[in-house]
Amino acid sequence: MCRRAIKLLFFSAVLGIPALALAQPAAPDAQAATQAQITALQQAVKAAQTASASAQSAGDNAWMLTSAALVLLMTGPGLALFYGGLVRKKNILGTMMQSFAMMCLITIIWAIVGYSLAFGHGNAFIGGFEHLFLKGVPIAADPQNFYSGTIPEQTYMIYQLMFAIITPALITGAFAERMKFSSMAIFLSLWSLLVYCPMAHMVWGVGGLLNSSNPHAAFPSLDFAGGTVVHITSGVSALVTCLYLGKRIGYPQTKMPPHSLVLSFIGACLLWVGWFGFNAGSALGASSLATSAFINTHFATATAALGWTIFEWFHNGKPTALGAISGAVAGLVAITPASGFVQPMSALAIGLAAGFFCAFMVFKFKSIFGYDDSLDAFGVHGAGGTLGAVLTGVFAASVINPVYKDAAGNALPSGGIDGHWAQMLNQFAGIGLAWGISIVGTLVLLFVVDKTIGLRLKPEDELEGLDLSQHGEEGYDLNS
Amino acid sequence: MLKIEAILQPSKLDAVKDALLEAGIEGMTILEARGHGRQKGHTEFYRGREYTVDLLPKVKIELVITDDQKENTLQAIIGAARTGRIGDGKIFISRVDDAIRIRNDERGETAI
Repeated sequence: MCRRAIKLLFFSAVLGIPALALAQPAAPDAQAATQAQITALQQAVKAAQTASASAQSAGDNAWMLTSAALVLLMTGPGLALFYGGLVRKKNILGTMMQSFAMMCLITIIWAIVGYSLAFGHGNAFIGGFEHLFLKGVPIAADPQNFYSGTIPEQTYMIYQLMFAIITPALITGAFAERMKFSSMAIFLSLWSLLVYCPMAHMVWGVGGLLNSSNPHAAFPSLDFAGGTVVHITSGVSALVTCLYLGKRIGYPQTKMPPHSLVLSFIGACLLWVGWFGFNAGSALGASSLATSAFINTHFATATAALGWTIFEWFHNGKPTALGAISGAVAGLVAITPASGFVQPMSALAIGLAAGFFCAFMVFKFKSIFGYDDSLDAFGVHGAGGTLGAVLTGVFAASVINPVYKDAAGNALPSGGIDGHWAQMLNQFAGIGLAWGISIVGTLVLLFVVDKTIGLRLKPEDELEGLDLSQHGEEGYDLNS
Repeated sequence: MLKIEAILQPSKLDAVKDALLEAGIEGMTILEARGHGRQKGHTEFYRGREYTVDLLPKVKIELVITDDQKENTLQAIIGAARTGRIGDGKIFISRVDDAIRIRNDERGETAI
């Protein structure tokens, strides 16, 4: 058998080699034809690559534009309704106008100078002026762009604008029912430049001190969608503002219950749905990372609502609707920095912790110190954001998002759960900076605006209500 | 002519209205009110703080009737509204000087 095989092989070789020699094309046209085929194939491959990149861009851009719209929905009418329902009837329009004013004013400021200050190439702390009036912000997607390989930077700009809008709007919860409309407009517009833009730059901007995508960052901090940039800054600024302004007339003896928890409920649900754009959109594409962030967002909200409800059930004897929706918002806040870094089961845990912790802050902490944080902006956003930033350092897993890589491109441990407990130091750096810049920046602005045009309503205006005194309108005229 | 003001539980409004119609009383004015007598309020929660709401929703029926309709009217109201518990309400009776039908200037008992 073996010898037959050997003979077969020998004869194949004897016949085969000359056959190969005969097979080589000797004529030049055959060579040219093959060359033409190769060129055609190369072009086809390039076209396929371009088409594939186009499709990727189209998918990513579609999701990002949708996300931007969802985040705007969170402010109007999400936050407007959530806060509006919690105030007394005479202040409903005034409260909603505060959110709406941000939608208009911050847009203009962002377009002119805000985007440039936040995302321009400046230094580790603040951007520059190269994008004044959005000069030089490309409409075409560019794979080399630091912010967004598959989407146009203009999409990134408009997406980030929606974050810049909602952040000052959140602060209005602390000084509800007692600030002049004109003063609020000026104070928050300046706040967005002095506090928000630097913080956004440090965490997300090119060269940012806290930016985990910046290989030279001094304290690479993990903040996926803005736990420090949005929630700590707004929550802490809220606390500073309510302490500076003082309590509402009659607080806490006069009962000031919400005039419509129905509106607040609707607002809270809009916030929940809109937050998918806030967190999952921070993946900057329609990727599996967006899926992770989407899932984490949803899971944390559910357990947080449960956590607050359980706390309240023990505290009051009854679970309230307001408690449930507040718990949900607390979960959304806490998962914000963690959404693109943690695993789904961690999200359930983060949410539950936020539900309990924020309920404690609102029920116990606030009454110990007696400050009038009217709509619990600090209790939910400041406290929830801080907790979320801490827990992000604990639960960040490279299997979800390999944010640190070694020279060979292998994933390095992200957070505590991966063994990288040193990340907690960076988290505390980010938290500390957020608290610091918020306290200092807000105090300076409050002082300046107060001494120039005054912040607080005259007592008779406060008693009459924002709607009539500031806007000459009534929210409800059910008999008309 | 007498004016009857009856303050009732809102849930009893339909029963009282039907009883009055059956007793032959056709004209009435119904107002939404808040108040309490000896009835305690209820507690509500806001952010974990308990507070008492003692202005409770009530319904007030105002009727103007002729003197001879008084007992029938009172029995209709009380029969339909009584539950035996605190919070059933109260009826006040006062004298009316005059009544005028706006449409055609009729005065006195014919205007009721």
